[in-house]
Amino acid sequence: MSNDSNYNASLKESATFDRATMAEIRRAADTGIYDIRGFGAKRKVPHFDDLLFLGASMSRYPLEGYRETCNTSVVLGDLFAKNPIKLDIPVTIAGMSFGALSANAKEALGRGASIAGTSTTTGDGGMTPEERGQSKKLVYQYLPSRYGMNPDDLRKADAIEVVLGQGAKPGGGGMLLGQKITDRVAKMRNLPKGIDQRSACRHPDWTGPDDLAIKIQELREITDWQVPIYIKVGATRTYYDVKLAVKAGADVIVVDGMQGGTAATQDVFIEHVGIPTMAAIPQAVQALQEMGMHRKVQLIVSGGIRNGADVAKCMALGADAVAIGTAALVALGCNDPKWEEDYQKIGSAAGFYDDYQEGKDPAGISTQDPELMKRLDPIAAGNRLANYLRVLTLEAQTLARACGKNDLRNLEPEDLVALNVEAAAMARVPLAGTTWIPGQQY
Amino acid sequence: MKKIDLANSSIRELNQALHAQQASLTEKEWSVANPKGEHNIAVGLDADLHVDIHGHAGYFCAGMNKTASVTVHGNAGQGLAENMMSGVVRVKGDASQAAGATAQGGLLVIEGNAGARCGISMKGVDIVVKGSVGHMSCFMGQSGSLVVCGDAGEALGDSLYEVHIYVKGEVKSLGADCIQKEMRPEHLEELSGLLAKAGVDEDPAAFKRYGSARQLYTFKVDNASAY
Repeated sequence: MSNDSNYNASLKESATFDRATMAEIRRAADTGIYDIRGFGAKRKVPHFDDLLFLGASMSRYPLEGYRETCNTSVVLGDLFAKNPIKLDIPVTIAGMSFGALSANAKEALGRGASIAGTSTTTGDGGMTPEERGQSKKLVYQYLPSRYGMNPDDLRKADAIEVVLGQGAKPGGGGMLLGQKITDRVAKMRNLPKGIDQRSACRHPDWTGPDDLAIKIQELREITDWQVPIYIKVGATRTYYDVKLAVKAGADVIVVDGMQGGTAATQDVFIEHVGIPTMAAIPQAVQALQEMGMHRKVQLIVSGGIRNGADVAKCMALGADAVAIGTAALVALGCNDPKWEEDYQKIGSAAGFYDDYQEGKDPAGISTQDPELMKRLDPIAAGNRLANYLRVLTLEAQTLARACGKNDLRNLEPEDLVALNVEAAAMARVPLAGTTWIPGQQY
Repeated sequence: MKKIDLANSSIRELNQALHAQQASLTEKEWSVANPKGEHNIAVGLDADLHVDIHGHAGYFCAGMNKTASVTVHGNAGQGLAENMMSGVVRVKGDASQAAGATAQGGLLVIEGNAGARCGISMKGVDIVVKGSVGHMSCFMGQSGSLVVCGDAGEALGDSLYEVHIYVKGEVKSLGADCIQKEMRPEHLEELSGLLAKAGVDEDPAAFKRYGSARQLYTFKVDNASAY
C-alpha cells in the first residue's frame, strides 16, 4: 500500500469486495456480458515454488556440474508407433493455433523449438506451411472443431495429439472472436470472415473412452501406425482420465494444469475450473504405475512452467517431459516493456496484457493485424525462444546433478520436500524437515 | 478385381493394401467380404479406387476419404465418412450417428436412414439421405448441403453456419438460429443437381429449404437465452 498514491491509513479495503472485484461488478453491470480474456489463471494457487530439492551431501552423491553429463533427451511414443519422437530436451512447445497467434509467431515457435531440438504443436486452426516448414518435429492437434483438419496434414505430422481439453478451460471449447478472423483464418476454418468462432467442446463423432479407442485406431490406420498418438486432457479428475487414456491406447498423455494459458475464454472459466498442475502430476503417475505403464506411456505436463526448477520438479514427480505455452510467448516478446506505450494506449500495461482475443497485441504475437505482425521478426524471436529453452534445460540439469542424477528422468519424488502443508498434500512429498505426507499412512 | 476377405485378413492388411495404391495405382476395383461390423474399414484412402464392402461396417468406415468411391452393401456404424475430403461414399442401408461429421468435400449418399447428428460440423460435403435423419442433424454445420428425403428429428441445424439444408418430409423442430428459408430458383437448381448426382428420383419442388438466420454469428447479450 505504501506505493499507492491514494493510501490513507484510516481507509480499510474489503478482502471480499476488493477494488478488482468491484471493478468487475461494474464492468458486468455496464456490458451485460462475461469477461473474455486470454492468458491462464492469475489467482495464486499452490505451485512448484512450494517445493524444494534435497541436494546431495553425505547420504547422496552429487555429480560434477561442469564435467559429468546429465542426459536430457527423451523418446516419446515408442509403445505403438513405428516412428517415435526423439527430443534432445524434455521441454516441448504446447499447442497454440494459427488464428490465435500470427503466422510469424507460429514460425518463430517452430524455429526456436527446432534449434533447441524439441517439438512444437499446431492448434485449433490447422497446420500452416510456415510452422510445418520451420518445425523439425511437429505435433498435429486433433480437436473437436476439426478446423482445417485433413488427412494430408495428418500424414505430415510427427505425432498426433487428440485434444480432449486444456487446463485453462477443461470442459470448454475454443473461442476466436471476429476481430481476428481474417480472410486466411476464415478460409482455413471454412467459416465466414469476421464472425465469432465458438469451437465445439466435444468431439463430433465419438463419445467416451470406448469410442476413443476406436478413434485412435482410425488415426493409426490412416497414418499406417507410423506416428505416436497423444491424448491431451485438462487437469481435473486426472487419476481416472489417465487410466482411461491408457486404456484407449494412447502412446503419450499430456496433462495440462489450470495455470495453462488460452487465447480466449471466459475469465470465470479460467479462474474456477481445473486443478493446479502440481496436484495433477502425482495422480497421473499413480494411474500409470498402477497399470504398469509409467515410462511406457509417456507423461507430458504443462501449465505454469517458467524455469528449469519447474521442469526438474515436474520430472521428479514422474513426468517424462513438460510443455510450455505462455512462457514461450513471453520469450518471443509477449508483454515486453519495450511496447509499454502501446499497451497503455489499449488500456493495459506490459506484464498485465491478457486481451489476446482482441487481436491488438502490440508485440505482434496474438494478432492477425498485418502491421502489428511485422513487429515480430520470426528469426530473432525464434533465437530468443531457443535461448530460453537452453536455459530451462541447463537449470534443470544443474538441479539434477546436485541430486546426483545423470539423467533428468532419474529425478524422483524422494528428491523433493514441500514448504507448506498444501503443497505436501498435493505433490505427495513430505513437509520439509518432517516425514509427514498429508493423507498418507507411514 | 482384388478381393479381400476380412475373415482371413486384418483391417490393417486391408488398409495398408488400399493405401499402397496411392503410390502406384495397379488395381482400381476392390471387393471386401465379411466386414462383420469391423471398425475403420477403408479409412484414409487417397486414390481413384472403387471399394465395395459386402456386409455391415462399424465405426468410421471410409473416414477421411479422398478421391475413392466406397460403397457399403449393408449398414454403417458411427462416424461414417467422417472428415471426407472428396470422392463418393454410399451406404445401401442405414447409417448410425454422426454420419459425414466434419466432412469437407465429396458426396455422401445414405440410401436408408441416418441416425442422430448426421452432418454434424460439416465443412463442405454434400450429403443426400433417402430416408430420415435423427436429432441434432447438421449441428454447427459450416458449409455444404444436406438433403433429407424423409423426415428430420429434433433441433435440425442447431447453431448452423452456412450449410444449405433441404428436407422433403416433416421437421420435428428447428435448432437455435435455424429457420425455414425461401426456395429460390438457384436453390431448386442446386437441389436438382444433388439429387441427380446421388441417383435419387425425387421432385425438388416437394422440398423445403432451411438455413441460418445468422443471428448468433456474433455474441449479443440480447440473445443470452439462446446460448
